[in-house]
Amino acid sequence: MERNNLRTFLSALLLGLLALSWQACSQNTAETSDLPYLGERQLVQREVDGQQVTDTVYHRIPDFAFINQDSQVVTSLTVQDKVYVTDFFFTTCPTICPKMKSQMIRIYEAFEDDPRVMLLSHTIDPQHDTVAVLRDYADRLQVNSDKWHFVTGEKDSIYSIALQYMVSAMEDEEEPGGFVHSGAFVLVDQNRHVRGIYDGTDPAQVDRLIRDIPTLLPKKKKKDADKN
Amino acid sequence: MLIKTKILLYLAGIAALLTLTRCFYSDKQNEGERLYTQNCANCHMDDGSGLRNLIPPLAGADYLENHRDDLACIIQHGQTGNIVVNGKNYNQGMPGFEHLNAGQITNILNYVQTNFGNNNPRFSIQEVEKQLFKCRHLLEH
Repeated sequence: MERNNLRTFLSALLLGLLALSWQACSQNTAETSDLPYLGERQLVQREVDGQQVTDTVYHRIPDFAFINQDSQVVTSLTVQDKVYVTDFFFTTCPTICPKMKSQMIRIYEAFEDDPRVMLLSHTIDPQHDTVAVLRDYADRLQVNSDKWHFVTGEKDSIYSIALQYMVSAMEDEEEPGGFVHSGAFVLVDQNRHVRGIYDGTDPAQVDRLIRDIPTLLPKKKKKDADKN
Repeated sequence: MLIKTKILLYLAGIAALLTLTRCFYSDKQNEGERLYTQNCANCHMDDGSGLRNLIPPLAGADYLENHRDDLACIIQHGQTGNIVVNGKNYNQGMPGFEHLNAGQITNILNYVQTNFGNNNPRFSIQEVEKQLFKCRHLLEH
């Protein structure tokens, strides 16, 4: 009887370990339909019919203008009403960039036929990564430029927009390749609000990103039906 | 009823052990795999598949056989210019890994030669040292 108790105890212990290790080893897979608004927010007071009303103004990506692999200008208008994923890289990057790009290709393939979703990759080495270099890079990745823009521009504009996306990017001679940058994928909604930041080198986080994108997309058919 | 519960608990125990093994497996990788993951996998990917037409694959690459005598020097000092792998052109420079010693390069090469579906002859450390001796003038320091 005592032995049986011990066995039951040990089994229960193992069950507990199972639960713990499961939690430790697997990513949280809970679906989030209400993505947060990231970045600093401001409270703005205004008066409506003599009443004080407080509005929350979320951090918004400012207007921008860059040049893509087709020498086309890509601006805030290009991404208007689109959900887009953005990152910062450079073509000669010897570290995490290829892995990021292989993960970005997964997003590209998941939303290839959905014009409401776009991808925007900024080079942080505009001196080397000219339009021609970006053209060759995109061609070798075999991706379409309507969907995935590889952009270059003034170095200062690129570095300052990186800050707006809350991504670090800067020159550093100590780093392999001469630049330090994060491997973040930033998810931006139709109003240019940042709704998520993911590790672009981690397939599990990219899985989550691929699941999060549709939650930002309008339910197309239903809305159209409502309109009619 | 009690027996059923017991069986269930045992099953849970087995599942727990399997899960734990999954957790700790990564600690027991051999050095070749660990070094590959640290130094090579960012570009050539964990499965040696490369990246489309940008970064050549290592999996099933004829280059590993055709250029066997150059492989150690390529890892140590990198490579620039166009290369042809399995009939395709690639032109993305590869950085050198000067901090790796001959033993580490041997382990990486043997991992690559015997994984990703590859079944090429292994390298001895003497062979790698001989190759590295040929390109020693490229050492920066």
